[in-house]
Amino acid sequence: MAKHEVTFPITDEAEILKLRAGDEVVVQGHIIGIRDRTQIRIFDEGQTPPMDLTGAFLLHTAPGVRKREDGGYDPVCIGTTTSARMVRFTEPLGAQYGVRAICGKGGFPDEAIEPMQRLGMVYFAIVGGAAALETTQIEEIEEVAWEELMPECLWRFRVKDFGPLTVGIDAHGGSLYHDVQAAAHKKLEELYARL
Amino acid sequence: MNVVATDLRQTVEDAAAHLYVWALKDIPQDLRDALVDAQQRETSVPGRRVLDTIVKNVQVADDRQNLVCQDTGIAVYTCRVGEHFPLHPARIYEALKAGTERATLEHPLRSNAVHTITRENTGPNTGYRLPIVHWEFVDDWDGLDVKCVPKGSGSENMSFLKMCVPADGVKGIKQFVLESIVGAGGKPCPPGIVGVGIGGSADYAMYLAKEAIARPIGTRNPDPHVARLEEELFGLLNETGIGPMGLGGDVTVLNCHIEHADTHMTLNPVAVNYQCWAARRATAHVSANGDVDFDREA
Repeated sequence: MAKHEVTFPITDEAEILKLRAGDEVVVQGHIIGIRDRTQIRIFDEGQTPPMDLTGAFLLHTAPGVRKREDGGYDPVCIGTTTSARMVRFTEPLGAQYGVRAICGKGGFPDEAIEPMQRLGMVYFAIVGGAAALETTQIEEIEEVAWEELMPECLWRFRVKDFGPLTVGIDAHGGSLYHDVQAAAHKKLEELYARL
Repeated sequence: MNVVATDLRQTVEDAAAHLYVWALKDIPQDLRDALVDAQQRETSVPGRRVLDTIVKNVQVADDRQNLVCQDTGIAVYTCRVGEHFPLHPARIYEALKAGTERATLEHPLRSNAVHTITRENTGPNTGYRLPIVHWEFVDDWDGLDVKCVPKGSGSENMSFLKMCVPADGVKGIKQFVLESIVGAGGKPCPPGIVGVGIGGSADYAMYLAKEAIARPIGTRNPDPHVARLEEELFGLLNETGIGPMGLGGDVTVLNCHIEHADTHMTLNPVAVNYQCWAARRATAHVSANGDVDFDREA
């Protein structure tokens, strides 16, 4: 299980292809916060996001923030939400907007494996609930779009040493979640026999 | 009497405002110990990475006086009201609602509450039937205990109910708990506390499961039959290999707590309510004369 440092947005697909399920990754650069309502607006209501998502790293989040007098926002507590609710947006995010990485907690079900492999995308597992630490890794909230969806807006953060993340699903068809579930279901049969 | 009651209403509101934020920042010692113990036991590489991060996060929250987790949940309180406590529960409810709003606006906390159909935000973590308050009345006492259990939605979404039949027996209960936790995978932020409610009715079983997650970690049900089931399920759940954040490993749960009630001869309900690793809880003990003691170990 290798360790990597990756800067987003990426321009070279090789940055994604070198990552394997189980690897440890620390992220630099810019990441984009997105959530249920943001993606419902993009895909179900057909509104084009007012930020470039090409090569982007998306974070499943709805930040706790404090509004400044100049209209900007300071982080109060920024953490990550459960990804599985939003799995159906994976394919169009990659195919229509060129997104390369989705980061959240709890993983994606198997339906994400094929589009991620086809489109050269990865899923990063963050530690859910570890928001106090995550907040210290966000240097600045640089842009907020669709403020009326607060806190489920589109956010651009500048990050430093964001992680450690674990590659949950890679671009080669590998998924830790699939492997863990398969082993657990096999184990359940053994446990049931003992009850 | 009116003057005292007015002051006491303000006291309960102030206590609630402090309690909510305090619960979110300063997690109980039994939880801190359980997380460090899990970190030491875990042998998988991704699982250990997760637990290292969790323990570091608790330290950062302490150092920076920040929230442990950004999901401040919806405000849920359990009130134990003494029969001689000189403030009516209707006023206690009002004070808890006002305290929740103040905590949300003054800190500030994220406003999570929305209308369940329109999904429009209803404001400072209150709304129609929010906060949720459970009541218990105590004979021959003049105090009030307010327990605050702000629980994130990631784990609340992993709640499961099955109306087993009597012929399913205890085996059916065990199978349902196991399949629920395996099915939940990494979504409820494991390793956490698995709360199980058995008996009663459908609604009461889920209430009991919620009560179970709010106990100090590793405490055992006073009924020895139930306590044995807690121990057995705790061991079985950690054999599933789901591991920290569902990435595989030895530690899937910090413990399993069960609350039970007698039930109908044809019923065998079992409810599962998962509490994520950030198992926040805090209690305010309010005396009749307005003294308040805050307690995170109850």
